[in-house]
Amino acid sequence: MARTLYDKLLDTHKICDLPDGDILVYVDFHIMNEYTSPQAFSGLGSKGLSVRQPEAHLAIVDHVNSTQIDEAPDPVSKLLIDNLEANCEKHQIACYGLKDPRQGIEHVVVPEQGIVAPGMLIACGDSHTTTYGALGALGFGIGTSEVEHVLATQTLRYQKLKNMRINVAGQLSAGITAKDIIMHVIRKVGAGAANGYAVEFAGQVIEQLDMAGRMTVCNMAVELGARAALIAADQKTLSAMEGKAHSGRCAFDKEIWQTDIQAVFDREVYIDCKDIEPLVTWGISPDQAVAIGEKLPVLEQMVTDKQQSDFTRAMEYMGLAPGQSIVNVPIDMAFIGSCTNSRIDDLRAAAEVLRGKRVASGVVATVIPGSASTKVQAELEGIDQVFIDAGFDWRPQSGCSMCLAMNDDIAENRERIASSTNRNFEGRQGRGARTHLMSPAMVAAAAVAGKIVDVRLFTQA
Amino acid sequence: MEQVTGVAAPMPQHNVDTDIIMPKRFLRTITREGLADGVFADLRFKEDGSEKPDFVLNQPSWRGASVLVVGDNFGCGSSREHAVWGLRQLGVEAIIGTGYAGIFFDNARKNGLALAILEASQRDELLAKINANPGAQVSVDVVAKMITIGDWKVAFQMDKATRQALLDDRDDTLDTLKLLAEIQTYESALPDNSCVKIIK
Repeated sequence: MARTLYDKLLDTHKICDLPDGDILVYVDFHIMNEYTSPQAFSGLGSKGLSVRQPEAHLAIVDHVNSTQIDEAPDPVSKLLIDNLEANCEKHQIACYGLKDPRQGIEHVVVPEQGIVAPGMLIACGDSHTTTYGALGALGFGIGTSEVEHVLATQTLRYQKLKNMRINVAGQLSAGITAKDIIMHVIRKVGAGAANGYAVEFAGQVIEQLDMAGRMTVCNMAVELGARAALIAADQKTLSAMEGKAHSGRCAFDKEIWQTDIQAVFDREVYIDCKDIEPLVTWGISPDQAVAIGEKLPVLEQMVTDKQQSDFTRAMEYMGLAPGQSIVNVPIDMAFIGSCTNSRIDDLRAAAEVLRGKRVASGVVATVIPGSASTKVQAELEGIDQVFIDAGFDWRPQSGCSMCLAMNDDIAENRERIASSTNRNFEGRQGRGARTHLMSPAMVAAAAVAGKIVDVRLFTQA
Repeated sequence: MEQVTGVAAPMPQHNVDTDIIMPKRFLRTITREGLADGVFADLRFKEDGSEKPDFVLNQPSWRGASVLVVGDNFGCGSSREHAVWGLRQLGVEAIIGTGYAGIFFDNARKNGLALAILEASQRDELLAKINANPGAQVSVDVVAKMITIGDWKVAFQMDKATRQALLDDRDDTLDTLKLLAEIQTYESALPDNSCVKIIK
């Protein structure tokens, strides 16, 4: 029977059927952070349970820490960080704290340390765990109750998803990045359209992407609603794992981590990326996006009453007018960071735009390397100096920071941010803050121009 | 839980994400408690802490609603289970929509929050009814998978495992530990040294 990549990953990790129709799956590796794990550890304590396989877990401090110093910036952050370290100490779990040279944003650190291999099943109390699908692993986000479950049992009760394949074709124009590809896909397919599905990305455009680009694509697949995102493992995947600290291992390395040719998907989607332009979100959902050369939609394009009310609400929140151009919208802040776009490849792309230029006056520009190792690599290449010379704040410590504003990087009411992150939700980067998602190179261009512009005017001049 | 009966409030916006349900400033905690005030905080309260009178749950008819009738893709975004804990602490016991983000769906099931699924046209009909009769009581019967308002009834969808979890009110962690033999059998069949061992 022909199987999809997702089917194969589940088959190899299935322990048994459960009476209610779910299955019990084995979790090869589990990652935790300081804010979705505390109540899971408390649950273990109150039930008198221990951690079943301490070596199959890793904790990383990344969500609440400041990126300006290597210690907790305030008493509540200190409580969360100390609590994580104490829980890990008690249960013999590895913890990469603020002073550890491997610390960083969890989904940047884990592939960087070579922990992910094709064929693995990886869970984490964070929705962007879909990132690991870029390496042919089944990664998915879980809630805190499930964190407790996996700590105690090394398993999860799992409801099988349907299979969707998104085929991405078309010759890309120069200057189009992985971020533009996934933003284009989300715009076409819709936020939530992949709820209940595992999505496999396939097609020439995906095959040609490098690993960093594939991680960006799989990372943001959760904004489609995909609980898991996958890309078949190929030679690039195997090369990407070479020379890493952990040389990720999988129990089933004889399997071919690709979908069988005859396999049938519940839904196939075809996306053409020929001639797409850099994308920018204009609203408060990641599918509210336009290409840089387009005008914003108008009310008449919204079909139902509810769509119209959502549309009007988004326009009001963002302080934009229907039908206006997205180009030349002035910004207050530029932010490069997050598990979507803070890898060395992203920093290089942004630095290429910034070289020899200055951030516009009045724009606060910040860059946060995805990990301490990414920062070291950037400094070796002199990229830090490019950012600093341009007027960016080059942060010494890594973390999620203003992607979700759980630390001291919070935008003010009505501040407009060009952001390389993943969510333009209402209030995400600060109460009343207005987020425009775009690629790191587009953020760099916006920082220099002081407004949203087409980065290709910079790089192809 | 077998059935929820209470006031149903309309929240027809699509793509209501967990950042809106539970803003991040309420996540800076190591316990599950004290989250009721965080629910929809930016929509419910002004910056000075006073209520925004226009917000649906602040209106007299819908204050204290135990059922929400919601737009598509409710609960999208962040995995934060705090969103579900807060909704439960505020007294919300059931949500009626057309579909939910996966992690939110699982979190709800783990915390006895019933998520009922209707076709969009049925959901819209229900929204029209509760808007026409503010404060009307709606019943969500998990046993019969039936929603009732007045003499109007509609069957909802809920998968078998989720329905069973709500009815059993079990502790999944303790329940799974009864399957330790099966887990050990699986582990012992793995090739030696086949799993990542983390470097501390």
